[in-house]
Amino acid sequence: MKEVKITTPLDDNTIEKLNAGDRVYITGIIYTARDAAHKRMVDSLKNGRKLPFDINNSIIYYVGPCPPKPGQVIGSAGPTTSYRMDDYTPTLLKVGLKGMIGKGNRSKEVINSIVENNCVYFAAIGGAGALISSCIKSSEVIAYEDLGAEAIRKLYVEDFPVIVAIDSRGNNLYDINRTKSKIEGERI
Amino acid sequence: MRKINANKIIDKVKEMCIKANYELGGDVLKKLYDARDREQSPIGREILDKLILNANIAKNEQMPICQDTGMAVFFVEIGQDVYIEGGSLTEAINEGVRQGYREGFLRKSVVKDPIIRENTRDNTPAIIHYDIVKGDKLKISFAPKGFGSENMSSLKMLKPSDGIEGIKKFVLDVVKSAGANPCPPIVVGVGIGGTMEKACILAKKALFRKLGEYSHIEHIEKLERELLDEINKTGIGPQGLGGNVTALSVNIEVFPTHIAGLPVAVNINCHAARHIEVEL
Repeated sequence: MKEVKITTPLDDNTIEKLNAGDRVYITGIIYTARDAAHKRMVDSLKNGRKLPFDINNSIIYYVGPCPPKPGQVIGSAGPTTSYRMDDYTPTLLKVGLKGMIGKGNRSKEVINSIVENNCVYFAAIGGAGALISSCIKSSEVIAYEDLGAEAIRKLYVEDFPVIVAIDSRGNNLYDINRTKSKIEGERI
Repeated sequence: MRKINANKIIDKVKEMCIKANYELGGDVLKKLYDARDREQSPIGREILDKLILNANIAKNEQMPICQDTGMAVFFVEIGQDVYIEGGSLTEAINEGVRQGYREGFLRKSVVKDPIIRENTRDNTPAIIHYDIVKGDKLKISFAPKGFGSENMSSLKMLKPSDGIEGIKKFVLDVVKSAGANPCPPIVVGVGIGGTMEKACILAKKALFRKLGEYSHIEHIEKLERELLDEINKTGIGPQGLGGNVTALSVNIEVFPTHIAGLPVAVNINCHAARHIEVEL
């Protein structure tokens, strides 16, 4: 386990050096998308239309934030559960998406696609939305405004704290740590 | 006959929506501190520290603990000697939700039709369970229910012969397959008995109980303690990243049932186990 600072857009070299369990601080532009936005993006690709942002080497954060109070950049903004995006994810990884931030385990198909395309899946702390929002320095809705909390936002983040949950070789922190703790738990 | 004005209910509900989402209850916070002391895995402790820090930030800054400010769920006990004047009770509760979610800058997470999925933009309608009781009081309990954990909930119609072992196995299966998804450490609400829908409502009601309180029925309290112990041996841990604190509490509610049945519902709540109640 190591602590690493990275910037976006991601490159292959940076991704290859990340290992499951690493604590990572992300600085740069990331994009938000959750259920409804994923459906629209994948429908766009199916119909030969362009995506609403340059997905190459980008990171998508699975979040539907609270509205900002006057003077705030954004309201609480913690991760949502990732498995709901699993059906759409391989399609996006194939067209250049490199990183995802969410919470919870991913399907076999997603993990295979992460390995095939040299990508990385980060976990942020679910339910720590107030804490995370302080790392978000700007927020702008860039597509699907009608979706409200589910619209695509372009965020600028500074030292956004995440953990590498699934690295580019397919090592999966959820499986590794759960098995370890289960064995310890049974011994006690 | 005691009169309660609908406007008073609107104001109260508005206040409850905001407060429950900004300030984690003392019972839940205490359980998080206990969990921090008990947790053996370093990553688990690190996460619990951040959850406690997050709850403090939310309270101090008066902002939501979690961005999933939920679907608004209410249990309402209305004394049969109460008369609501100036509007219907259901409309008053929904208006309180509408105002609370707007003025509290809470997320609007409700879609009008489950298939067409267009956002209602005011987080209504609320889910309201009514109970008519003796007296002239109105008791309103509210929980903003997030769906990361709601999605991991389940119902099973067991056979009477499945007994207590069958119940335990089902609850553990639900928790294990939920894994990291419902934001552990979780609160596990279990409803046993009644009919299909009654078991589900009991499981939901169990989540409204103050953490740290056990069932008053001796063998149910025993089951709550045993299940909590077994859940914490699964290794899932805080955020599913390993550890020995997977659940903060197991709360079980029971009801008489049919000679042929043993309905069991499991309703999971995340660590941001928000709930609040007032009496008017």
